[in-house]
Amino acid sequence: MGEYSVSVEKLRRDFGEFVAVDDVTLSVSPGEIFGFLGPNGAGKSTTIRMLCGLLAPTGGSGTVGGHDIIKEPEEIKKTIGYMSQKFSLYDDLTVAENIDFFSGMYGVTGKKKRERTGWVLEMAGLAARRTTVTGTLPGGFKQRLALGCAILHEPRIIFLDEPTSGVDPVSRRNFWDLIYGMSGAGTTVFVTTHYMDEAEYCNRLALIYRGRIIARGTPGELKGEQMKKTVIEIRADDTVKAMETLDERGIETAVFGNLLHATVDDAGESIPEIEKALRQGGVDLTGIRKIVPSLEDVFVTLIEEA
Amino acid sequence: MRLVRVKAIVAKEFIHIRRDPLSLAMAFLMPVMLLFIFGYAITLDVRDLRTVVHDLDGSYMSRELVRGFSESGYFTVVETTRVESEIERSLESGRAMVAISVPEGFSRDIKRGGRPTLQVVVDGSDSNTASIALGYVSGVTERFSQRLSPVGGRGAGERKSTVDLRTRVWYNPELKSSNFIIPGLIAVIMAVIAALLTSLTIAREWERGTMEQLISTPVKKAELITGKLIPYFVIGLVDVVVSVVIGVWFFAVPLEGSAVLLLALSSVFLFGGLSLGLLISIVAKTQIVASQIAMVSTFLPAFLLSGFMYAVENMPVPIRIGTYLVPARYFLTILKGIFLKGSTLGVLALETALLTAFGAVVFALAIRSFKKKVF
Repeated sequence: MGEYSVSVEKLRRDFGEFVAVDDVTLSVSPGEIFGFLGPNGAGKSTTIRMLCGLLAPTGGSGTVGGHDIIKEPEEIKKTIGYMSQKFSLYDDLTVAENIDFFSGMYGVTGKKKRERTGWVLEMAGLAARRTTVTGTLPGGFKQRLALGCAILHEPRIIFLDEPTSGVDPVSRRNFWDLIYGMSGAGTTVFVTTHYMDEAEYCNRLALIYRGRIIARGTPGELKGEQMKKTVIEIRADDTVKAMETLDERGIETAVFGNLLHATVDDAGESIPEIEKALRQGGVDLTGIRKIVPSLEDVFVTLIEEA
Repeated sequence: MRLVRVKAIVAKEFIHIRRDPLSLAMAFLMPVMLLFIFGYAITLDVRDLRTVVHDLDGSYMSRELVRGFSESGYFTVVETTRVESEIERSLESGRAMVAISVPEGFSRDIKRGGRPTLQVVVDGSDSNTASIALGYVSGVTERFSQRLSPVGGRGAGERKSTVDLRTRVWYNPELKSSNFIIPGLIAVIMAVIAALLTSLTIAREWERGTMEQLISTPVKKAELITGKLIPYFVIGLVDVVVSVVIGVWFFAVPLEGSAVLLLALSSVFLFGGLSLGLLISIVAKTQIVASQIAMVSTFLPAFLLSGFMYAVENMPVPIRIGTYLVPARYFLTILKGIFLKGSTLGVLALETALLTAFGAVVFALAIRSFKKKVF
């Protein structure tokens, strides 16, 4: 157990009658990027808060950075960096003042402080805006500044709770480059997200749904082993009508942009069936093919089955 | 306790205050405004009492007596009448508050060495003013009879008691009400301001969501509470200095004792008051609830139970016991003592000790009740 950065067993948290997190067991190795996925309200933030010592579990046990999550939450806080879901730096402080404040909180002083401040400003692209009031910064900058403030003390493990929600695609891409960089330098990254494309960047994943982990593995494993079924991509001139037509005939589909994905057992059997159904329904089919399922296909299927 | 953390919190809090006009106004303008408003509104000096005179004697002596009343400055004769029923009408309509009725044969009785009766009717619906008015009435009549005795008949001389009572009021010889109201008012205002200042700081961080990030750092509870307290302590001291200066210069209250001692003991009081505000902020978790609790839990006790409005000795026993829990009570004693009597620390040792104990307990409670957890 000691060799893991994060290791918890049967973690549980109740809020009155409601079980927010139920029987969560997982472990994360040093240097790993661990993705914790799930829809909103599935229990991602509750789990991450318990791991960071911000919320007492109702049941279960575990360690983070070798410290007990129930008995030594304050020791954990020295070891980790945490970036909460909601932006939680001080809006009325300038960039530099926020960095100063969190340097103080983490006890980073002197030469080290100057070095880390310079690093954060550079990383966040805020070197020219150190005297800007944080509240007026665009979302992407805020996000990177929040990350910078959470890792001023160079923690061995960082927890990021939906770090890229509400950030433009380019900023998201930059953000993940940063995460890769830190992971490469040996930092363990535990990240929650509901963006499936981001899940592909993780070394290992766990999917949480209604408080329980319903699947886990590397992105490849999840797409291969967990997905016994085949995905067919359907391109039609009228996507909505096509979806309704197929639904009437008991073929379930999911919308992906202007395409439809149907998850079936056997492509050879299903493709002619779909072509026939659409023809009868008067929908013009412009393309149909078997594809490699994406993580999103996997999760849509898993959640439907759960 | 790491100094670097406390310093970082202090610096951050000062920035918050500096950038928020509302905080600034509450910190520096509110105490001054309250001092002026209450300082002017609450005056127990009764002057120019509207008086109706019912003089049936109409003699030189009765006119001298009435002149004594109006020259005292406390009474203003608004009506003179010879009809008794007019007195009732004047008092009832509120045209007058006091009626002086001089009976027929007033001067004759005095000259004979008798003891004429003088009837004074006071509107008791404002009992406070009424009792003060009665005090003035006996003062004026006393002076009148003393003035008479050397020139008056033998009878008046015989009547004089063997004890020559000479009253002297110490510490506030002019019995000027602002002399004891202003020090008391400073105690009441500072009790409210101290709790109000800190009552928002913790709750605000919960409301804005910044607390979650803060409690994920290794900051210790004592460091956070201390760091939050210091900036408001500085502001509180500035408020005390400003209030004292206004009291001395504007309301002309004499500062008999040591200004240094006054500041030192104000610091002790502020420590408790600010800690109470922090404790409220921690327990309430929302700014609106916290500020209301802070307001009610300090203003009412400080105003009613500290001895500011009503003397503690006159309160029923259960309430009197309750006043021991009101820190403003001790601060009031300290301020009045230093202002009016020039009291030294030795005299105020008990109050100082109790204020210190109050501060220590509430500060410890604040640290204890703060949880570095989300729920």
